[in-house]
Amino acid sequence: MIAHVALLLALQLAGEAIVRATSLPIPGPVLGMALFLMLLIARPKTAKAVQPTTSGLLSHLSLLFVPAGVGIIGHLDRLAGQGLALFAALLGSTVLAIAVGALTFSLLAKDR
Amino acid sequence: MIEIWSYLAEGPLLWLTATLIAYLAGDWMFRASGRKPWMNPVLLAVLLLAALLTLSGTDYETYFEGAQFVHFMLGPATVALAVPLYGNLHHVKRLALPLLAALVAGSLTAMLSAIGIGWAMGLRAETLLSLAPKSTTAPVALGISEQIGGSPTLTAVLVILTGIIGAITVTPLLNAMKITDWRARGFATGVAAHGIGTARAFQVNETAGAFAGIGMGLNALLTALIAPYIARLFL
Repeated sequence: MIAHVALLLALQLAGEAIVRATSLPIPGPVLGMALFLMLLIARPKTAKAVQPTTSGLLSHLSLLFVPAGVGIIGHLDRLAGQGLALFAALLGSTVLAIAVGALTFSLLAKDR
Repeated sequence: MIEIWSYLAEGPLLWLTATLIAYLAGDWMFRASGRKPWMNPVLLAVLLLAALLTLSGTDYETYFEGAQFVHFMLGPATVALAVPLYGNLHHVKRLALPLLAALVAGSLTAMLSAIGIGWAMGLRAETLLSLAPKSTTAPVALGISEQIGGSPTLTAVLVILTGIIGAITVTPLLNAMKITDWRARGFATGVAAHGIGTARAFQVNETAGAFAGIGMGLNALLTALIAPYIARLFL
């Protein structure tokens, strides 16, 4: 398990280092995920080995964004003033995105 | 009593413990409600902690001293998302065209319409930037928000609300549109409403859940790549 955590951290570190060195406009951990995906494709055995560690981590994924969410207490005035506009943007864009995505997929995947 | 409080309030232990307990309480309420999408454990935990901080007069910096240990795990968790994505790769190969087309269409619609509606209703630039990555899974969205000049803490809450809205609206919406393909329904939900939408999709249908997971993973990659350009386009 320690080895798997070390692997995840090393991939994140590699992602962060490459992003800094090349000033790519993506977050380091996302590049780390892409690197990990390539590693798994190259060495399928790794996927089975790391599975227990990564499922453990991912099954509590939502806990991990509680600290950032609590930061909302610093934005209460903005939410009070712009709450309606934010809600309209969230509701409108989410409904549109689901409709457009599902429609596109079902039209193109009809006979597959 | 006051001495004990001031001692504990200074170290990271108190708020780290409080974060975990608040999450467990939120998760318990979510289960007790029969897993209703609007009883979101993260939202409940955030509300509980925000109330505690306000009542005890604690500022966010002090809270974060303790909570940073949980926050730190977002990075490795993002990297770990590659494993479920890899597990579903056979679907991706077989359905490459519909998947890619629906990914690009759904992802662009989510970002452009969110920024467009927000802009038309007079939101400030920083708020619009915080809104841009709200359909991606939280750890990735926070990173993107920081990168393009938004506010990660605001993005965190917008991401959660997006997930809840998606989970509540998806079934009536797609029933009304008469879309019956579970793969299409799940995938679009994962792209638009990340992990919360994916959890909802798994409740409804196993295939929809698997495709929602693919949508969430692919959209994390795509949004990270295109959000900086969209941000530049608008502002």
